Amino acid sequence: MAELDTSGGGKKGGKIRSKKASTRIDLTAMVDLAFLLITFFIMATTLAKPKAMDTFWPDKSKKDVQLPVAASRTMTVLLGANDKLEWYLGEPGKSAPTVDNFGKNGIRKTFIEKNKEIKATHAGPDNDMIVLVKASDKSTYKDFVSIIDEMNIAGIIRYGVVDILPVEVELLKKDGNY
Amino acid sequence: MSRIKIPRKSTAIDMTAMCDVAFLLLTFFILTAKLKQEDPLQVDTPAATTKVLFPDIDVATITVGKGKVFFGAEGTDVRMQMLEAMGTKYNQTFTPEEKKRFSQIPTFGVPMNQLKQFINLSEDQKKKYTQPGIQVDTTSTSELYNWIHEARVAVATLRNKPLRFAIKGDAKQVYPEVKIVIDMLQKQSVNKFSLITSLKDK
Repeated sequence: MAELDTSGGGKKGGKIRSKKASTRIDLTAMVDLAFLLITFFIMATTLAKPKAMDTFWPDKSKKDVQLPVAASRTMTVLLGANDKLEWYLGEPGKSAPTVDNFGKNGIRKTFIEKNKEIKATHAGPDNDMIVLVKASDKSTYKDFVSIIDEMNIAGIIRYGVVDILPVEVELLKKDGNY
Repeated sequence: MSRIKIPRKSTAIDMTAMCDVAFLLLTFFILTAKLKQEDPLQVDTPAATTKVLFPDIDVATITVGKGKVFFGAEGTDVRMQMLEAMGTKYNQTFTPEEKKRFSQIPTFGVPMNQLKQFINLSEDQKKKYTQPGIQVDTTSTSELYNWIHEARVAVATLRNKPLRFAIKGDAKQVYPEVKIVIDMLQKQSVNKFSLITSLKDK
């Protein structure tokens, strides 16, 4: 391989001796292989670990804790079928819901914009948006995880998961998302 | 003027030390790598951007997928005690041999009346056997409710620590199925638990 013969010419003539073979083995290939395996094991052990999303839920045993909150500060997100969602601000039935998608230009944008608007129109210090997530029976677990993830990205600290009302199921049905 | 002759040196580097280090590291990684246990219920976890690693001690995992619910708690001692408590609750006695066998099963989805039979299956038979899932309903007498409860008791007495819960749901699973499990945890005042996700970009 990359080894140069530095032993020199040697004496000419004389007895012909069999050349002494070097006892050194070229380890380059072996090192290559070892490092390849190391890389594989590093990747396989750390990347395969599942990730965990911590969630906090309200304590159901305490029934008397209810904070008075302005309805204008709340946003309700309804999860429907076919990975579609609808949202509206305030109380149900008062404003028509908007159909939205998951992802960067969908609900995340809405979250950030509306959060800003609500913060601007309400007096502080407690003036951030409160999101109520209502998952319908047709929504998937993936949608549910996605919406919590979107809220984490958009920096919405206050959110709750609430059971869906029949009125809201009707809203979803009207737009064909149920 | 005669030129100074630079003696030609060999370009070969001694690889022995490097090889030693490489294999030492390799051995370390092989030994520390946890053998991946095959899940009896294959689920495709939804993707999210959270980067928090899933802890692997003092945790119980509830797997929801294909309409079935599986349960598993970490730690062989926890599993043994859990089984014993469940046995007394459901009027079943397990031999020490059965307890030991049960402690080797990371996740299971068998109702109580078939559990004894399932424990005594050989490894090959266990793999072939499709587990029907643990009986779940919204009442506090369902088997999953009791498994959760006994696992919590076992961890609290053995480790003196609260048990953490994780829900591993299939992405395509409809939400109500997961909701039942969440309700069950909340019924026992477990209000903090993790959802297992796979990593995705923003």
